[in-house]
Amino acid sequence: MASPSLMDTLFQRGLDDIIKGVRHQQSSTECIFISRVIEEIRREIKSTDLQTKSTALQKLTYLNSIHFIDMSWASFHAIECISSPTFSHKKIGYLAISQSFSESTPVILLISNQLRKDLKSGNEFEVSLALDCLSRIGTVDLCRDLASEVFILMSSSKVFIRKKAIGVVLKLFEKYPDAVRVCFKKLVESLEGSDSPIVSAVVGVFCELSAKDPRSYLPLAPEFYRILVDSKNNWVLIKVLKIFVKLAPLEPRLAKRLVEPICDHMRKTGAKSLVFECIRTVVTSFTEYESAMKLAAAKIREFLMEDDPNLKYLGLHAISIMAPKHLWAVLENKDVVIQSLSDEDPNIKLESLRLVMAMASESNLMETCRVLVNYALKSDPDFCNEILGSILSTCCQNVYEVIIDFDWYVSLLGEMSRIPNCKKGEEIENQLIDIGMRVKDVRPELVRIARDLLIDPALLGNPFLHRLLSAAAWVCGEYVEFSRNPVELMEALLQPRTSLLPSSIRTVYMQSAFKILIFCIHSYFLQKEDMTSEVSDLSSKRECSESSDLATGKALVQSDQDEGFNPRESNQSYEYPSVVDTGDGQSSTPTFMEKKSLMHESIVNLLNLMELVLSPLSGSLDVEIQERACNVLGFMELVQQEFSNPLIRKEANLDREEVIVSRVVEWVHDGFTEELGPVSVTAQDRVPIPDELVLKENLTDLEAICGGVELPAPGSFSLTSPYYGESAVFSVSNLQAEEDSEPSTESTSLLTEHRKRHELYYLPSEKNKIPANDYPPANDPSSSINTNDATEDLVKLADQSLVSKRKPNHAKPRPVVVKLEEGEAAPVVSKKPELKDDLLSGAIHDILLGNEVKAASSQGNPSDKSSSKRKGKAKHVDLLDSKENLAVGEQPNHENPSSRRSKHRGDGKQKSKKSKGKKNGDGREDDGEKESQKIRDHHGRHKSRQRADAPINVVPQTPDIPDYLL
Amino acid sequence: MIKSVLVINTQGKPRLTKFYDILTVEKQQELLRSVFGVLCSRADNVSNFVEAESIFGPDSRLVYKHYATLYFVIVFDSSENELAMLDLIQVFVETLDKCFRNVSELDIVFNYSKLHNILDGIIFGGQVMETSSAEIIRAVEEISKLEAASNSISLVPKTVSGWRSR
Repeated sequence: MASPSLMDTLFQRGLDDIIKGVRHQQSSTECIFISRVIEEIRREIKSTDLQTKSTALQKLTYLNSIHFIDMSWASFHAIECISSPTFSHKKIGYLAISQSFSESTPVILLISNQLRKDLKSGNEFEVSLALDCLSRIGTVDLCRDLASEVFILMSSSKVFIRKKAIGVVLKLFEKYPDAVRVCFKKLVESLEGSDSPIVSAVVGVFCELSAKDPRSYLPLAPEFYRILVDSKNNWVLIKVLKIFVKLAPLEPRLAKRLVEPICDHMRKTGAKSLVFECIRTVVTSFTEYESAMKLAAAKIREFLMEDDPNLKYLGLHAISIMAPKHLWAVLENKDVVIQSLSDEDPNIKLESLRLVMAMASESNLMETCRVLVNYALKSDPDFCNEILGSILSTCCQNVYEVIIDFDWYVSLLGEMSRIPNCKKGEEIENQLIDIGMRVKDVRPELVRIARDLLIDPALLGNPFLHRLLSAAAWVCGEYVEFSRNPVELMEALLQPRTSLLPSSIRTVYMQSAFKILIFCIHSYFLQKEDMTSEVSDLSSKRECSESSDLATGKALVQSDQDEGFNPRESNQSYEYPSVVDTGDGQSSTPTFMEKKSLMHESIVNLLNLMELVLSPLSGSLDVEIQERACNVLGFMELVQQEFSNPLIRKEANLDREEVIVSRVVEWVHDGFTEELGPVSVTAQDRVPIPDELVLKENLTDLEAICGGVELPAPGSFSLTSPYYGESAVFSVSNLQAEEDSEPSTESTSLLTEHRKRHELYYLPSEKNKIPANDYPPANDPSSSINTNDATEDLVKLADQSLVSKRKPNHAKPRPVVVKLEEGEAAPVVSKKPELKDDLLSGAIHDILLGNEVKAASSQGNPSDKSSSKRKGKAKHVDLLDSKENLAVGEQPNHENPSSRRSKHRGDGKQKSKKSKGKKNGDGREDDGEKESQKIRDHHGRHKSRQRADAPINVVPQTPDIPDYLL
Repeated sequence: MIKSVLVINTQGKPRLTKFYDILTVEKQQELLRSVFGVLCSRADNVSNFVEAESIFGPDSRLVYKHYATLYFVIVFDSSENELAMLDLIQVFVETLDKCFRNVSELDIVFNYSKLHNILDGIIFGGQVMETSSAEIIRAVEEISKLEAASNSISLVPKTVSGWRSR
């Protein structure tokens, strides 16, 4: 369109032409067509002819809503259109405004006058347009300026206008809480009658209001009750029920009166929507009324039996609301619930899954999970993950409360991670580590599961499972002493395909490999000490397994040499089967330690393997990998002197070297065997802050404060001193308690080694803990029920408490953690909305309760708040104020009872004062300080006058509201 | 409170969009796309509720109905009843049907302005104001008359279609 053709200038295209035009375009040319139309519109909209302008605007509005074309640039043209005397132009303009204006639209203030004019228009449809616009885009300024006009319309003789005016009140209250003083009474009066469209609108408004701040509307409960009993309109009844759900928790006496009429509706009505709303009301708010619950359950049953999937879904949903307190409702409908699990509707499936999990208990958990996991295998990926997620979250509730057999659960976790669609790697990771740390007896099984996961090269290809593999690697490294074949683990950790892992997880692999290496060398030394005393006598089987190990090692070395420079290529010749075979061959042996002795050669093989894999990584670009590789390589260099070629060395030299190496290994091993356990999130908080420590002061003052004292003192004091003190107290008391109840016997099996090392990792928890929580719930069931030999468990328990004095603290902090986090987060979140609500609820309190104290304070609040936001717009404010006062002057004409005249006038005055305060609530806070200071002073006077006014306004209103509840 | 009313055809093209919250066009477009993405993947004989919190944020629900080539969608929060909203879609469609006599997608495409009149007659600022289709039609017809009256003042229609229709 280089130059507009004659056709274009003479005839304007209308909306229909545009719609047809777009329809004729191919999807490829549509964009070009639209951008040409926009060009056209930009030209036409500048026209002085309002007809042309409004048609252009209408086209633009259409493109905006259907083709998402930006139209914010046309905001001024929209204002021009609404000021046209022609209705159709006005209408187009209003539609454009409500569709495109926002609080930040710069010209929004300009529509205030036109809106006022249209609100006063004699044409009800023009009024309706203006009301609709206000309800959509109302800003603080608009709402304040137009509050009195809306108030007048609330008494309009035309129902069509009145109900819309009532609808706008919601926006008015939200943006300009002081409007409550003017409009609230009228609003309450409109509740009279029970079936008119007006009541419907008012109840709708109260439903929205009470959702935000129910307490303020409690005094209106009698009105709502009357409507609940009298009304025949389902829409109204539903809204009233919604209001009562909000009010019921605040006033316990309400429930008694409400139950009967609600049940009545439930029995009589034919409208499913009302029945469902009644059910929902009963199951959320009146759970202690047995008969009502029974009735609700019966109605739910009816829903479940329907063919309509909507009703079925809502029925299941209602049951799931009941489930936490009334599990019988779920059990009664068990058949439908289980059946719904295979429904074709995803909503129904999800709801029934939730219910199935709600039914899970200690006794049926294993069966439930087995069924669900099998079902997950057959489901679509999304639902499969929903199932896995809900199993995981149910099982870990309250520190694995429902789980008795942890060996089973750990193997279930392993099974779940092999489900092809599984995306829950992260959650499983957390639980594997968590269980490893909390539940000692499950560790051998855990290591077995982790090994299976690690040696499965297929899992490495699934990025969702990488986190899970890192947990498996960590478990294998941390609890390597339970492994049957550390060499095999090592090979799994160093397999070439690990290059597929992200570096953060690769480092976990490397660290675990290092732990395993230390463990092997350490046990080699232990063994050697034994061997020096007696002549070694290897069984043929052992030799055999050794040689196979050796062979594997060599094969590995070779293949690694081939692949050494290109680890990314997956190595097909990688000899897994042989490794697995070795493992299987030894499967009869309980642990690695007891059966298999480490030969010198196998250590050498391990070292060679590690060196091969890690040396290229010492040049890795990733800092963490490089660092760890260098550490391990450095250590290996030290150890290798010992293992390189002992035959050549001289005896004396060897001994000395060996002593050094074995001591180093000993140290590192001790370091690694130091057990990590769960530490409460709040542990840090429990360290008492010494009085002298001022954390928020500037550190430069530190020298002055401490004087000559050396700086480290405060730190060490704060951390160690109280810690040691408390721990001593704690361990003694625990010790005594355990000694009283249980016999102390010699330690059992391998766990002893583990239990030696509960030193410095845990900060003592507070002493005022609930005694019931004293033992970690996770440990308790497993040790008492899990294994067959109950006495042995008792022994273990006693042993545990003797050796690991700090153990009782480990899992205990968990519930505390949750509480603390909530306690800390909640106030921060709720702070903001409260402010606004306070304004509104305060105002409503004034009106409804006539509480003088509250009136004064809530009036103080808004003015305080707004004064802090004052900006330099005083002139504009005054202008508007004067107009407003005019409008207020007219008000009494529309009011029936003359006795209220004075009061409303008072309200009006007050409002205009307020409006100054509120004027600047639109958040432009960066204006001049001086100006705002001036206004604040000015405002201070208003405030004092307002306080004086308050009681006079409010007191006479009190008797209007029947207050039978209080 | 109702958050949004959408009419989308089975190709994913919007036929009517109404958002009662102030949103940017980009956001509106994104919401519409995600809603359509969910709807078109649903079979015909399943329930009419869709999980909407992932699209519209917390405390939002979505009901829809599928008529011929169109999806009618209402997004709302916890102060509305799900089944009542389904009824509301029914009211809307019934009203359209009465206004256009056997409403089809084409009627909806070409009567953009009237469509808004009807919807605004039912829902006012996110609140349900009128549920009787007779009342709605009465108001809509009055508005049409008023528009026609105001347009007839300009005797010569300036638009091409107006010219042709003479």
